[in-house]
Amino acid sequence: MNRVSEGADADASVPSRSDSHPDQLRPTQGQRPGRSRRATYDLRQRRRSTLVAAVSTVLVVSAIAMIVPLTPGWDRVRASFFDWDTFVDSLPQLWDPFLLNLRIFAICAPCIIVVGMLVAVARNVRSPALFPLRLFATIYTDVVRGVPVILWILLIGFGVPGLFDERAWYTKSVVWGGFALVMCYSAYVAEVFRAGIEGIHESQRAASRSLGLSSSQTMRTVVLPQAVRRVVPPLMNDMVSLQKDVALVSVLGTVEALRRAQILVSQSFNFTPYVAAAVLFLCVSIPLTRLTDHLMARQRRRTSGTAVA
Amino acid sequence: MPVKLRVEHVRKSFGSKVVLDDVTLDVGAHQVVCLIGASGSGKSTLLRCINLLEPIDDGSIWLDGVDIAEPGHDADPVRRRVGMVFQSYNLFPHMSVLRNITLAPTKVLKRPAAEAERSAIELLERFGLDDKASAYPDQLSGGQQQRVAIVRALAMQPEIMLLDEVTAALDPVLVGEVLNVIRDMRKLGMTMVLATHEMGFAREIADRVCFLHQGRVVEQGVPEQMFSEPERPETRDFLARVIASGRL
Repeated sequence: MNRVSEGADADASVPSRSDSHPDQLRPTQGQRPGRSRRATYDLRQRRRSTLVAAVSTVLVVSAIAMIVPLTPGWDRVRASFFDWDTFVDSLPQLWDPFLLNLRIFAICAPCIIVVGMLVAVARNVRSPALFPLRLFATIYTDVVRGVPVILWILLIGFGVPGLFDERAWYTKSVVWGGFALVMCYSAYVAEVFRAGIEGIHESQRAASRSLGLSSSQTMRTVVLPQAVRRVVPPLMNDMVSLQKDVALVSVLGTVEALRRAQILVSQSFNFTPYVAAAVLFLCVSIPLTRLTDHLMARQRRRTSGTAVA
Repeated sequence: MPVKLRVEHVRKSFGSKVVLDDVTLDVGAHQVVCLIGASGSGKSTLLRCINLLEPIDDGSIWLDGVDIAEPGHDADPVRRRVGMVFQSYNLFPHMSVLRNITLAPTKVLKRPAAEAERSAIELLERFGLDDKASAYPDQLSGGQQQRVAIVRALAMQPEIMLLDEVTAALDPVLVGEVLNVIRDMRKLGMTMVLATHEMGFAREIADRVCFLHQGRVVEQGVPEQMFSEPERPETRDFLARVIASGRL
């Protein structure tokens, strides 16, 4: 009996809900002049949490800003790390070396993705004839991931050029530093791809094979495209780390941003160039991180929205 | 009627669990055979074995007089001739409906894309799905997805279709549209083996019904006899339970 009047009451918010995704259930404001009771409540709640977040942020930040300068060594630290003149002076000098970082990154990243995917596929081959390939790929990922990146860079960057007598482009430390980065990151990225490949349900493989596609056709057209889509966010995470780890080639003497900052520090006896270098790295890594988070959120919405086998 | 498919003394175990125990079954050309039985009786495994998705431990599977389960026999050419539809549809979610259907004809049969698309559209039209050609699987209802999965299998022009509980995952109101597609295929003379829980449908469509119990073919026969006067106590017991659950 009561259902009729209840239905009429709820009607105000129902039309916008009925045909939308579960994650879009929140009523859109401003759609109709008289907001429903629920929408008003919802809006009030959201305003309230925004306010709470803003106030607590302001409190925490101002507390830090007030407390840190009270420490006994603050003036010393500020003079040696946050000296404005040194900052302005060093930033342009770091710019060119930083472009080298970006170049190394731009060359290494695509290589890593290609090698990583090949290794991941190699670890998934089931044909017995290709067992050595699978074995090699497994050993590769285990050995490479078992040693710190910086140690690989030292070993390869100093070791390999020693094989040659003459000096040429292929004996430059930056080349082998980059090679070591590709080698290490490919192993990490291969694991990401492998997780993606194994995350594709067996039934997709069964469907593809039942249509007569061979196992390599199945991998190429059915499994990999789905796996790659799924691993884009974790892959981006690795790329953000790579962008920072490019600085590790500085241990070989390559004058990139970190190395350059080190030189400036030793010339001026002031640590501010390090901070300037950090600012440059942040300029690239923060947008990349935001993009990754955005992609992850989108994927979460997508996978929780509809259940597809 | 010539025998299209003969399953002969097939055995299959997963570890120590025997799933198929000396199964023998004939399917004539243009015949529809329904496999009935409780969950876990081996219906799905039998279909997967016929499509060579699972290797058998012993026995033989003859397709047009060739033992396709012979060790070393290449599975891919067999799968081209045997279509399979799964309970969970298994459409490729990253491809449009049209691409799902044309994938195998273009990649496996090497047919030109335009020609494959033309015949895909024709099939979609026949089953009332032509407006869904550019949609993606997650935009379709379960019934539509399953019909697309059937069309995808049909696009390879298989000689025989294996349908594995194709309505089991569907909303009851959507079951009918999928059953209609199967009725249509029967009219077109398709040889089919169905594993199904829809007893009423099995009774209507089957030329022969085959009752599996604990991996064995306990009884088989024409539907009238199987459903009205089953001979074996296991069959009677099973049917009594099906009736009690309101599915017959």
